[in-house]
Amino acid sequence: MKLMTVGNSTPTSAAFLSTLKRDLLIAYRRKNDVVNPFMFFFIVVSLFPIAISPDADKLGEIAAGVLWIAALLAGMLSMDSLFRADYEDGSLEQLLLSPHPLYFMVLAKNISHWLVSGLPVVLVSPLLAYMLNLPAESYMTLFLTLLLGTPVLSLLGSIGVALTVGLGSRGLILAVITLPMNVPVLITGTLAVQQTLNGATLAFYLAILGAMLLASIALAPLASAAALRISVN
Amino acid sequence: MLSAANLFCERDDRVLFQGLNFDIEEGQVLQIVGSNGSGKTTLMRILCGLNDGYKGMISWYGEEISEQIENFYQSLLYIGHRVGVNKVLTPIENLRWGCSLQAQLEDEQLMEALSTVGLRGFEESQCFTLSAGQQQRVSLAKLLVSPAKLWVLDEPFTTLDLRAVQHLENLVAAHADAGGAVMITTHHDLKITNLSKLDLG
Repeated sequence: MKLMTVGNSTPTSAAFLSTLKRDLLIAYRRKNDVVNPFMFFFIVVSLFPIAISPDADKLGEIAAGVLWIAALLAGMLSMDSLFRADYEDGSLEQLLLSPHPLYFMVLAKNISHWLVSGLPVVLVSPLLAYMLNLPAESYMTLFLTLLLGTPVLSLLGSIGVALTVGLGSRGLILAVITLPMNVPVLITGTLAVQQTLNGATLAFYLAILGAMLLASIALAPLASAAALRISVN
Repeated sequence: MLSAANLFCERDDRVLFQGLNFDIEEGQVLQIVGSNGSGKTTLMRILCGLNDGYKGMISWYGEEISEQIENFYQSLLYIGHRVGVNKVLTPIENLRWGCSLQAQLEDEQLMEALSTVGLRGFEESQCFTLSAGQQQRVSLAKLLVSPAKLWVLDEPFTTLDLRAVQHLENLVAAHADAGGAVMITTHHDLKITNLSKLDLG
């Protein structure tokens, strides 16, 4: 009755790629989840000149902060979808029961999530920086700090999402958990833009953000994995 | 292969079971029976390692289960109330991912499994367009291709039609005949010869 002979057992790398591919495919099918944070980022940033002042000098001063805050909020807005559908349809249980280290499975989900929600924001940021009259010599700084910083925000956010995925209403508690962890990234990112304008070397800030990124790649998925085990309990 | 010794579990100050001992051997089908809320699902989740709110000892081939969790998960197929079928993916995509965690399979094998469970022609429809029973069948297609020796099935019959129930029963019996083991909760009367029952009251 058993239909077929059984295939070879999967190496972890194949399971990692398969999970990554699956999540990208889901994101492709659920375009709303991808477009919403991006639109949010765009709208928040474009409201600042209307509300504060269209004066180019004033805008140029706050541009880096505005872009960083908008990127952070857009990231938080998209975080909730990271594990929720999987929790609700039972896929999360299947993930927990896979014979592979949960670390890699969570990392795959984090990477796919950043590729569809973080990367577009980073890529469009120079355009919005131009709109806010950010000094031209800061474009590269802003772009690079966002490129290193937004994955950190995603990885840290995933811990909070993993902790709260089993709760009914989680909007505020998620923010309370993740915001304090995000603040150091925000400080470093905005400081980099200001200080490089004053003559500081960019490499210093990139090194700090790079260290944050490496540390969160190494540790955050472990914390998320542990939190997921608690959440399905 | 899987044995539990002196299991104790309470939930909200209510003892679900205590002093529970049982073994599942190769070739055995164990039906867990009990009234609603008697802890059938909880017991299954405990055995699979999804719930750690218990006391007692669970072992896999004589060794404590936490010592060899990867071996255990390589041999385990769990289908719970929530069947693990993503609604925006198609049956074949769901099956491809679900199986890829345990075994590397060819797409033809997956297609054949889907048509065996009666989903021929639906392989490329997104799952939210399918009925609950059809989604259940997507998860059951895994039974046909999974290398797992131990199946843990939580109420697998609920949304299935009569023919599919019969088919699944045959599958369970065949798996046991081939040396596998099945743990199942259901309120159906299973017509399986070497069936043993565990009553949680």
